[in-house]
Amino acid sequence: MDLSSFRNPRLYRLIDPLLPLFATLAALLVGAVMLLLMNANPITAYRALYEGAFGSKNAVADTLIKATPLLLVGIGICISFRGGVINVGGEGQMIVGGLAATALALELPETTSPALALLLCLAASFAAGAIWGGIAGALKAYFKVNEILSTIMLNQIAIYWMIYLLNNTLIDPLKAQQASRIPETARLPRQFDLPRIGEWLDTLYKWLGLVGPDDKLWATTLLHLGIVLAVILAIAVYIFLWRTTIGYRIRAVGKNPRASRYAGIRVKRYVVLSLLLSGGLAGLAGGIQVMGVRHRMSAEGGGIAFTGNAGFNGIVAALFGQLHPIGTIPASVLFGALLVGGNKLQRDVQVPSALITVLIGLVIIFVVSSELWRRRRARRRVIVTEAGPPDRPPESQAMEAGR
Amino acid sequence: MSKKHLPLFVVVMLVVALAVPVAQAQDGEPFRVAVVMPSTVNDLAFSQSMYDALAAIQEERGEENFEFVYSENMFIVDDAATALRDYASEGYDLVIAHGSQYGASLAELAPDFPDTAFAWGTDINTYTDEGITNIFAYEARSEEGGFVQGVMGAMLSESGVIGIVGPIEAGDAKLYVDGYKAGVLYTNPDAEVIVNYIQSFSDLALAAAAAEAMLESDADVLTGTAQMVPGAIGQAQEVGALWFGTQSSQTSLAPEIVVANQVYDWTVVLEPIFENMANGVMGGEAYALTLENGGLVIDFNPDLELPEEVMAAAEEAIDAIVSGELVLVVDETGAGITVEEGEPMAEATEEAE
Amino acid sequence: MIGDLLNATVLIGIASSGIQLATPYLYASIGEMFGQRSGVLNLGVEGMMLMGAFTAFYTVHNTGSLVLGVLAALMIGALMGLAMAVISVTLQAEQGISGIGIYLFGLGMSDLLFQKSFSQIVTVRGFPTIRIPLLSEIPVIGEVFFEHNLLVYVAFALVPLAWFVLNKTTLGLKIRAVGQNPQAADTMGISVARVRYFTVTLGGMLASMAGASLSIALLNVFQQNMTAGQGFIAVALVYFGSWRPGGVLIGALLFSTVNALQLWVRTKGIDIPAEYASMAPYLLTILALVFASKRVDQPAALSKPFERGD
Repeated sequence: MDLSSFRNPRLYRLIDPLLPLFATLAALLVGAVMLLLMNANPITAYRALYEGAFGSKNAVADTLIKATPLLLVGIGICISFRGGVINVGGEGQMIVGGLAATALALELPETTSPALALLLCLAASFAAGAIWGGIAGALKAYFKVNEILSTIMLNQIAIYWMIYLLNNTLIDPLKAQQASRIPETARLPRQFDLPRIGEWLDTLYKWLGLVGPDDKLWATTLLHLGIVLAVILAIAVYIFLWRTTIGYRIRAVGKNPRASRYAGIRVKRYVVLSLLLSGGLAGLAGGIQVMGVRHRMSAEGGGIAFTGNAGFNGIVAALFGQLHPIGTIPASVLFGALLVGGNKLQRDVQVPSALITVLIGLVIIFVVSSELWRRRRARRRVIVTEAGPPDRPPESQAMEAGR
Repeated sequence: MSKKHLPLFVVVMLVVALAVPVAQAQDGEPFRVAVVMPSTVNDLAFSQSMYDALAAIQEERGEENFEFVYSENMFIVDDAATALRDYASEGYDLVIAHGSQYGASLAELAPDFPDTAFAWGTDINTYTDEGITNIFAYEARSEEGGFVQGVMGAMLSESGVIGIVGPIEAGDAKLYVDGYKAGVLYTNPDAEVIVNYIQSFSDLALAAAAAEAMLESDADVLTGTAQMVPGAIGQAQEVGALWFGTQSSQTSLAPEIVVANQVYDWTVVLEPIFENMANGVMGGEAYALTLENGGLVIDFNPDLELPEEVMAAAEEAIDAIVSGELVLVVDETGAGITVEEGEPMAEATEEAE
Repeated sequence: MIGDLLNATVLIGIASSGIQLATPYLYASIGEMFGQRSGVLNLGVEGMMLMGAFTAFYTVHNTGSLVLGVLAALMIGALMGLAMAVISVTLQAEQGISGIGIYLFGLGMSDLLFQKSFSQIVTVRGFPTIRIPLLSEIPVIGEVFFEHNLLVYVAFALVPLAWFVLNKTTLGLKIRAVGQNPQAADTMGISVARVRYFTVTLGGMLASMAGASLSIALLNVFQQNMTAGQGFIAVALVYFGSWRPGGVLIGALLFSTVNALQLWVRTKGIDIPAEYASMAPYLLTILALVFASKRVDQPAALSKPFERGD
């Protein structure tokens, strides 16, 4: 047995969080071979990937904008996985969240004050997502319908519902008169735009003396308030899960439902709650996409054109962040960077977009496989210190508990 | 320059382009076009038709005079917006947003790049009423070709039942389907037209099942639009029903049953855009592919012999639309397309015998 | 209006179409069921289906041999399954997310290979429809059940076969033991890893066959992302079927028949919004579960990696 890990736990505590990064590099190495096979220069390609993700202020802003829904869905996934339920319904929950925000924005009088307008729409999107997730939760708790099944089905139902609403109830009256009848709403009134935070950031930078008084650094980017909200919520979810009774019970139910039942916790209620909160956060992600990025809803291109697949990618981000809300923050940024940079790679090197899909698949496989080393070491630490490491996925803990 | 150094050269070019954002096309420098499209360049449909047009122009003008790059599979609209902005900031002369879902994003970024011309479609809005001067718009009047093919379909059908498989009822697909339906009913008011929008662009098995249901309901002529139609074509092939294609030629899939295809030729809108740009006009014009300007071509399958009266009727329908003798009127409630007798233009062809 | 649906042509059409649409789900779901029964959740079915669809199509296009096409699909499926097994069993990775990785890999790779090998969409000569002598002569029933291609018959034959393997053989006993209580199985001398490698590889082969049943039998064409989410539905159907071949069969038939029905409803011009009609199979699958009385708990060790104690 390799004993070095006991001797120098600090070193590994430093390395472990970086493990996904090393795994990503390994996956990119495999990708390099594929790029060579496609007659593309891997160095040029990966430089493009980096530049697309971090190479300029616009690139950084794009990465953060991309990371926002990943983070929101991701922290929802943290709650549901910790609560012992697998929510693969982020796509559908995002869509109903976006629809709720859009419908409300179109209904509210133009005179609504911006602050109230934003607050109401964000709340509506959260509520809609929570209902969509809550349905799956109730089906699981009271009818024993597995949540993987119900959320997969509910995703598709949400997409058809979206197409219907945008084709009929919510369609832009101007578009409805055109022969092509594109199923999209009008642009939402400006007071429903999430504020762009570039100017605020520049003020901060000036105050710190990082830029000159007349310089515009972030002010020209599209960066909106969403990322700030998402980070605040990530911290809030962390506090909720580890510092409140309800959060503790959710985790207890996830770890060992039977023991929780004996301890007097109403397990069913907490199963519903986990999916409700998880769905609500995904719904909020949808609302923020509408109000921060798209400013309208459109059915053109199907559900994925709106969600950007964040309902699934958020799961990946959460697991890269070890199902910890705080860990999900950098994980979302990194995964967002990969998605944004991958598109830039396709543009600059003119390889088929399918190659980027393969590349992202490889990164996921490599990162998730690399977890083994960290987990093994964590387990050895358990033996040595007789105290469980704080944040591990519920499965592995439950498994050990059963042994 | 050897091919080996090309990637490096491209990078250097890009760096230069970044450093000099205002990169007007100067003498000796190639005209550079970037296009962002929703699906892949080999989709046999909407995206490929644009790629093929750009490739044809490049062929004609030579690689040293005309460069183009593409960003494919940009069905996620925010990603497309990023790509558009990136291309604009890299100094491309013309940036094309090839999808009606990109319009809103384009209108937001175009004012930031006054020296870049943009084009988008399919739509007619050039955003000039919002004070934007550098956006061209283009559309395809696919109901025209649909109408002509519908006329042929009605004549070729023995059962009088005709099936149409569509994706979702919107955009280009809706125009084609409505036009086809109008063509059938114009020729044979008693015909039964079965339209099924299967709500999917990619599910071939569902398209096949939809086609099968039509065939078992006595349909003997089918058509359809979007990427999932190969599923339907296969079913038609099995029982020998006839097929009409659109967006690009589908003859290679089933040479024995494809009657004709409505093919898009985007060079017809691209050339005038280039011309405008050469004269310093950066936007504000809207273009359309029509039968009249040759942007829509009815491409007959040479291996399938058609009765003479069908060919004559097709040509008559084309002439009537081109001359304005027949006007396809779009119902503003979205219910479909009706046909009206229009004022024939001066040089209109005589009523056929 | 509804009366339009109640004639022989329509009912035969719906039933026969339902059986055809159910075929890929049967292959993929039964394969997935074996994996889950042994404790491995594989969300990568969709990617495996696409790889299988492409490989079978490519092989048949280039060799003209359907047998080789099937063999090639089985081989690529085995490879994909093996990869999933290495990741989820040996490397003990979180199974849901490894599946998403496998899915993206298959989605991209099948498209990439297709683009490299074909310059345009072409068709192949796939499995022909086989009319089973005598049986296909039976009115109605003959048309519904006995006029399909070979891969449809094989898919339905898989159901009793899977039931037999799972319930009447030592192998099946081992699979169930490993999925229910890997620790106990381990003490009994069953190699948990070996059993899971077997089931996941088998699942890959069957998922791959699901793709092949589209590309060289039902549709005879390949296109990027042609499975359009069927792999995920297949996973859901395993839950629907409570990890039993018979239950999976009912789920696949229910989902597909409702799908066929909603297509026919619109073919007959019955005026309900297309979007709502398309929802029907998804909605009814959930509702059917709500109202079904008997329900079984999932395999206790599902999605939990196993590592022997020191």
